[in-house]
Amino acid sequence: MANLSESGLDRAFAALSEPSRRAMLLRLERERELTISELARHLPIKLPTVLKHLNMLSEAGLVRREKRGRTVKVSLTPEPLRAAADWLARYEHFWTSSLDRLVEIAEGREEAGRPPGKT
Amino acid sequence: MKGVTLVRHIKARPSTVFDLLSTAEGLTSWWGPDDFPVIAAAADVRVGGRFRVRFRTIDGAEHICVGEFLEIVPPVRLVMSWRWFDGGVPEEKGRTSRVKFHVRPDGAGTELTLIHAGLCDADSERSHEGGWTGALDKLCRGWTA
Repeated sequence: MANLSESGLDRAFAALSEPSRRAMLLRLERERELTISELARHLPIKLPTVLKHLNMLSEAGLVRREKRGRTVKVSLTPEPLRAAADWLARYEHFWTSSLDRLVEIAEGREEAGRPPGKT
Repeated sequence: MKGVTLVRHIKARPSTVFDLLSTAEGLTSWWGPDDFPVIAAAADVRVGGRFRVRFRTIDGAEHICVGEFLEIVPPVRLVMSWRWFDGGVPEEKGRTSRVKFHVRPDGAGTELTLIHAGLCDADSERSHEGGWTGALDKLCRGWTA
């Protein structure tokens, strides 16, 4: 299981929190490898902004940049995503079964006509 | 941040639901990941008050999570900080996340929304436009070994 440090997890979540960066990651998932200008082509933002986003993705360990001749190829590195997905899966499991029970108990109480008590 | 977001429609009044969120007795009755009961729960339900819930999972391990009530608006909203004190998720030791419950009347019943955010403040607010959970699912699908 991916065991990412706390700040690594924070960086991954932060990197994922912006729509353009998500769009870039999703394209890299489809295309495997792109140059920076190919990556920028379909985005409604200017190249300097693309570069800024790329830096953030790179610091979060989500992409790798590799210089090949005169171009830079960008590809996806999934490990931090797995850690983020693990985090989500764990809590989703925890809360799903907890909430299922809560629903059952709340509906049981309501049906029994018991007063909800003081809040 | 929309870390984990879950919505439930409950055939019970909002006050009934809120009661289960905001009393130690209520929390004890439903909190925990498997069909195992909570062993002990204490909750001082006021802003700044703390809670501590100890439960056992199906593998026999004991877990303690602790936190503080950050916002209590009966019967519509409850926000708490969340930290594993013991057990739980090893790489998260000492890390504080945030759990929000929104309780809304929904016809004759209640709509309950839970948001467990994995991030701390600045980023968490910024990313509220959300939507990335789906993207994450999609991105991860390609690499599950």
